[in-house]
Amino acid sequence: MVCESWKTELDTYLDGELPSDQMHVFDSHLRTCPSCAADALARVQMKRTVQAVGKRFSPSPEFRARMQQRIAMKPRRTVAGFAWMMATAVIAVVVVVGLAATYLGRQRAGQEQVYSELADLHVATLASSSPVDVVSSDQHTVKPWFQGKIPFAFDLPELQNSEFSLLGGRITYLGQTPGAHLIYKVRKHEISVFIFQEGSLRGRWDEEYPVTKELSFNMETWNQGGLRYCVLGDAATADINNLAELLKHAARS
Amino acid sequence: MPLFDQLCNFAYWLTRNREEAEDLVQETYTKALRGFSSFRLGTNFRAWMYRILRNAFLTSRTGLKATMTVTLDPEEDAPELAVERETPETILIARSNWQLVQSAIDELPVHFREILLLCEVEQMSYQEIAETLSVPIGTVMSRLSRARKTLGERLRQKMKGAEQWSASLGKQN
Repeated sequence: MVCESWKTELDTYLDGELPSDQMHVFDSHLRTCPSCAADALARVQMKRTVQAVGKRFSPSPEFRARMQQRIAMKPRRTVAGFAWMMATAVIAVVVVVGLAATYLGRQRAGQEQVYSELADLHVATLASSSPVDVVSSDQHTVKPWFQGKIPFAFDLPELQNSEFSLLGGRITYLGQTPGAHLIYKVRKHEISVFIFQEGSLRGRWDEEYPVTKELSFNMETWNQGGLRYCVLGDAATADINNLAELLKHAARS
Repeated sequence: MPLFDQLCNFAYWLTRNREEAEDLVQETYTKALRGFSSFRLGTNFRAWMYRILRNAFLTSRTGLKATMTVTLDPEEDAPELAVERETPETILIARSNWQLVQSAIDELPVHFREILLLCEVEQMSYQEIAETLSVPIGTVMSRLSRARKTLGERLRQKMKGAEQWSASLGKQN
């Protein structure tokens, strides 16, 4: 085997990751060793090919426009606003450091982050081209669909004589914990209902810090029968509460 | 939008599906904008964005499916031994063979595919890759080495297959 020790480092050298003194030593070796030089040339060719082949996918103009529009709708979140947000973050960090992050503060931040993640899931799902994996307004079709896909079972309410209709459901994940994500409709508003096993969330929920509004969404959350329910949407508080009551009643019966 | 084209490309390589890739990118920006306060100043913004996208992918159905089929490599952190390699690279590389390279990358397990793309396409340093994948630099080096080795082996098989195919065509004619 020729130049074994050099060839071990060859990829690291070609990736430009060797310390500068070793880079110089390697340069000199390549000038005098045809075997390593040939190998280096082949690997460089391969790197270039992968680089060229790897640039395979360009976003469609429609998708680009859609994303720009979505971001532009939220002034605080425009790209140009990244710098502004960075400045805000600096101030926030200074304030937080100045006030010393108490345990209480950390708890609340963690809690809000969970709600933010749920709000993200809600928005991303509704924006998706296929928001639900089981499409049915029949709870007796939707509920059994989850069987074997999530490690728990739940009951869904009868919706006759109510304003709500069930659109379907999908599997979701929160902190790598599987759960059920159901989507209901009331008038023109879509509402997400998330159900997770309380134990598997490892205390990420704290009743002491209830959040009823997150990023302009209304929400209600509770623990019932070892399951954590969260109802979230842009519908009115009364609608969110009514759907929550229906779910609570179904879980009791 | 910062990194938009690059993230779209990376998302497509991970999901291999345009719609899923778009959903993934959308989710990434939503999460990045909402969670911007969690970005630590002085750390690498690009690695942070890629990490969000990758985490979103890993918790998606496609991602879970892809990672569940990956066997654990107990020698992940072991030093890569120098191996006298046959180099399909020397025979390949003509533009006409790009399709073979593309399909060989496509067939790599997701943990090899992503590290190869981050290094070769995104030109990330080992440190950036380590931050993106949340693994030590030693793991980056050994995984990258195995990814390249596996890609080379796949290419050799494909070249062999292509040669046999053209030989059989020649006989038919």
